[in-house]
Amino acid sequence: MAVATTEVQLTSTGPSGLWSWLTTVDHKRIGLLYGISALVFFIVGGLEAFFVRLQLSGANGTVLSADAYNQLFTMHGLTMVFLVVMPLGAAFTNYLLPIMIGARDVAFPRLNAFSYWVFFFGGVLLYTSFVVGGGPDGGWFGYAPLSIEITEVVRMDYWALGLQFLGVGSIAASANFIATILTMRAPGMTLMRMPVFIWMALVTAFLLIFSLPIIGVGLFQVFFDRNFGTLFYVSYAQGDPLLWQHLFWLFGHPEVYILILPAMGIVSEVLPTFSRKPLFGYSFVVFAGIAIGFQGFGVWSHHMFTSGMGPIAEAGFATSTMLIAVPTGIKIFNWIGTTWDGVLRFKTPMLFSLGFIAMFVIGGLSGVTHAIVPADTQQHDSYYVVAHFHYVLFGGALFGFVAGVYYWFPKFTGRMMSETLGKWHFWLMLAGFNLTFAPMHILGLNGMPRRTYRYPEGLGWEFWNGIATLGSAVIAISGLVFIWNLIKSRKHGEIAGPDPWDGRTLEWTISSPPPVHNFDEVPIVQHRDDFWHQKYTEDDDGYLVELEPVSGGTAVLTGPEDHGDERKEIHMPSPSYYPILSALGLAISSIGLIYQPVGFIITAVGMMVALWGLFGWAIEPSQREPYYV
Amino acid sequence: MSEAVVEDVLTGDHDDHAGHGEGHHDMTPVRKAAMWVFLGSECMFFGALISTFLLYRNATADGPGPAEVFDIPFTSASSFILLMSSLTMVLAHHANHNRDMRQARVWLLATAGLGATFLAGQIFEFTEFVQNGLSLSTSPFGSSFFLLTGFHGMHVAIGVLMLLAMYVMSLNGRLNDEEGMNVELVGLYWHFVDIVWIVIFTVVYLLQV
Ligand SMILES: [Cu+2]
Repeated sequence: MAVATTEVQLTSTGPSGLWSWLTTVDHKRIGLLYGISALVFFIVGGLEAFFVRLQLSGANGTVLSADAYNQLFTMHGLTMVFLVVMPLGAAFTNYLLPIMIGARDVAFPRLNAFSYWVFFFGGVLLYTSFVVGGGPDGGWFGYAPLSIEITEVVRMDYWALGLQFLGVGSIAASANFIATILTMRAPGMTLMRMPVFIWMALVTAFLLIFSLPIIGVGLFQVFFDRNFGTLFYVSYAQGDPLLWQHLFWLFGHPEVYILILPAMGIVSEVLPTFSRKPLFGYSFVVFAGIAIGFQGFGVWSHHMFTSGMGPIAEAGFATSTMLIAVPTGIKIFNWIGTTWDGVLRFKTPMLFSLGFIAMFVIGGLSGVTHAIVPADTQQHDSYYVVAHFHYVLFGGALFGFVAGVYYWFPKFTGRMMSETLGKWHFWLMLAGFNLTFAPMHILGLNGMPRRTYRYPEGLGWEFWNGIATLGSAVIAISGLVFIWNLIKSRKHGEIAGPDPWDGRTLEWTISSPPPVHNFDEVPIVQHRDDFWHQKYTEDDDGYLVELEPVSGGTAVLTGPEDHGDERKEIHMPSPSYYPILSALGLAISSIGLIYQPVGFIITAVGMMVALWGLFGWAIEPSQREPYYV
Repeated sequence: MSEAVVEDVLTGDHDDHAGHGEGHHDMTPVRKAAMWVFLGSECMFFGALISTFLLYRNATADGPGPAEVFDIPFTSASSFILLMSSLTMVLAHHANHNRDMRQARVWLLATAGLGATFLAGQIFEFTEFVQNGLSLSTSPFGSSFFLLTGFHGMHVAIGVLMLLAMYVMSLNGRLNDEEGMNVELVGLYWHFVDIVWIVIFTVVYLLQV
């Protein structure tokens, strides 16, 4: 099946039907599953936020009760962080990682499916809470001792278990990604020839690997305090609630880089393509990413400046927080340098990438103000903080991911997304976003506290809150445009062909959508941006000269070669239902833990299902019959 | 990480690995990379548990403190048993490497047996402590002690299960096929769990008294 064929096979991704999706071990399908899940949760999390905004649109809001408000802002945060932005990172990494490094799949395809299903059931656990007595209501951070106090209501039990699940899924996925990147790159794909997106995925995976176990321990402690009588966070019994804050933010700060680095990687792919220039200062961008990874573990207490740590600790964490702005700044200058003097094409992915840079700079600057302890003490727990992290996570991470969707949708589906709708989407989202969150800076500096379900008249907060709610309606409309664009383009979009953007990296050398085995022949890589070097060279004055497509050399460009009798044998992993079965068993068994003592029966049943899954997994053959291309 | 893996990683100049569809290939470096990464994650897990313990070592509330419950000679003996299991694990790996499967089976069983003995000792120790008035809910000291050592015990138990599974697989002659578990990987895990215990024994038991 050939790369250069003009005919597009939109069904080249394998068998169809629900069962084939439940049992798939194909990294591309798992990537799509992550992406679709994230989109569904984005709608849910967006609605939660919209209700919060309705409640706050004027003084003495009556839309929500205090209880409902607590559930909604908690679940909005959890959903957006753990069920939207993190899985978006996993979606792009899953789909693109093997293709971008010239591999046929990830190192452990069934483990990859298991990671997805554990994530899936983690989301299900969090939302099951709504059905059995209200959603988690202690904030996404679940500060102790509040999170351990009311044990008759199981909301925070579901929170602890759901997060634990999401953590386990991410650790498994990260170990898989790291092993894949380190050991399965195509010949010639040295580390410093890897696309920046892969570098950022690698750093992100290491951050997940080292940060998630820390919150995992904290979550066990909270869960044990709630259910098994331990005293970790019970202050009258010498327990120390501050321990939770340390464990949470030791995870929580690396987490913000886990959310942003994949988006930075995407932007680092999009900008060169639409500037028709290589990324400016590739190695600086890479090493800045690595530096962020290390420094990210040394700044966590800037979330705790008001907890009374003492001047020495505060000065230390203030300094480290200011320092971490340096590698981030390096990246921003490199992105600007990439566009400098380029032949810019303002397609939708490019617009979102430029939007990312602008919004992220605003969020980054307000972030640096948090490093200044006296200022932070004023801003703490105010809407200023809400404004800041939405600028980096929505204006930053989400803009980056949306850029990625527009950029790679043709690769995923074989069809282009509508540029007209894309531009509507961009400008509506940019306007709505700034209308919603820019006023929160002012509100926060005027003293409006976070996580408070209503405010009285006469504090001067009504006007800007009204604007913010208006902005959130605009964001909602932009979301509808996006969804409409996805649905419409999926069916009726223009046929994309293998390389619609004149791309630079390996995924553009194969058909859209790619065949199940990605590459007929494993590519041999000779350059960074290898595909670009196959298409273009530079004349003496530095101008681009298009090369004649040549056959031979790098296998991937050559299209249908006459293999004669020497047809390539392709070994691909076989579908398996054991990963989903194992994940289901674990989910059942953990629900049982909440309802002890009788729940132990549920736990036992769940453990049996899990063991069945793991045992079957261990003994089934992992590869299907080879086939030939 | 083994040298071969490191070299592969640095140069990117390597033969085809798994998934490249070039027929059979050696998955061992890939799996070892994943195992090392997983053990890195485990370091942070136990690091957080040990930190919690250090924070709470004196938070004994009205319950007994370390000096009143710990039986150092007993725990020293069980620690020695666990340490010896690392030796038998090495011997099992060595025998398996030479394809001396009878020897390998003996050492696998010995390792599992030593691990199980350690676990039995831990269960005995826990019951003793509870009888002496130290449980999960006595004090933050008790909570953090049981959570730390309990999670370590769980790791040992999983290791014992994996060792037994490898023993059964070796009877079926499947121990060294491409897909199955791998003595080297389980060995890595086992040594890691032993090293963690050395840290726990030093920090929790020895530094207290
Ligand atoms: Cu932070």
